[in-house]
Amino acid sequence: MHIPDGFLDAKTWVTTGVLSAGTLAYALRRTRQTLQDRQVPAMGVMAAFIFAAQMVNFPIVGGTSGHLIGAVLAAVTLGPWSASIIMAVILILQSLLFQDGGLTALGANILNMGVIAVFAGYGVYRLLDRYRAFGLFAASWVSVMLAAGACAVELAVAGTIPLAVVLPAMLFWHAFIGVGEGLITAAVVEILSRSGVALSRDTVKA
Amino acid sequence: MDKKILAFLLVALAVAVVLSPFASSNPDGLERVAEDKGFLERGEGKEVITAPIPDYLLPGVENERLATAAAGFVGTLVTFGLMYGVGRLMAGSKAAPQRTDPSVR
Repeated sequence: MHIPDGFLDAKTWVTTGVLSAGTLAYALRRTRQTLQDRQVPAMGVMAAFIFAAQMVNFPIVGGTSGHLIGAVLAAVTLGPWSASIIMAVILILQSLLFQDGGLTALGANILNMGVIAVFAGYGVYRLLDRYRAFGLFAASWVSVMLAAGACAVELAVAGTIPLAVVLPAMLFWHAFIGVGEGLITAAVVEILSRSGVALSRDTVKA
Repeated sequence: MDKKILAFLLVALAVAVVLSPFASSNPDGLERVAEDKGFLERGEGKEVITAPIPDYLLPGVENERLATAAAGFVGTLVTFGLMYGVGRLMAGSKAAPQRTDPSVR
């Protein structure tokens, strides 16, 4: 759900830009205090994996496709603050190098996929993590739905399309895409934990 | 570099190079809504910048699947490199007691 240039108006991209920049500045401060040199390669490789996985659109019903966002995957493995930075790095590169997501919409895209999806998904995960794979699935599904909902609100605020039209449509398609997000996230986290990669819950007593 | 990290990076590259050329070309959720609700054309020709590898197709590569694979390869490595660089800056910018080994050969 990378918003391209032209979908949002100036007030929307300035507002979302300020919100994203503020959150990222705080995330950088938080992460800088705790980040160890030895954790840096893990951040790099998680960013690389999510970038790659985002290229692989999977078909859903009705001639539509979706792809992993990866917000919950990053948050659960490396913590939500690091995850926000990882998502922002991916979204900036996608916009600048691949024309995927507009430069004017970068703030909105970071807000939706790098802030809202990360923290909402991580919150649900922390509530449900005793249910393991189901908790991850639910957290991932919620992260996609809330990011899609935020995207719809931004489009409505920008005057592009009324909320009553865009919100149900966005939530309908992303309810299916979120299932893909949930399955992929649960599977990848399972593989990672079996191969001995600690989850952030175990490493960071947050 | 840690073996697990290297293995995960190779998996990421494999996803980008092997799987992405076979990705669904159907519109994604937002594109679909934009199409159905008639605001897709608002984005047409509005790009603020011209990206070097538009639409994940490496310019100069004729075959579309190869162009996607090449774009995926480049993108995955650039993403790793940028995140690694930013991470090193963050980790290095605090006055933490760094382990300095005097017996560095």
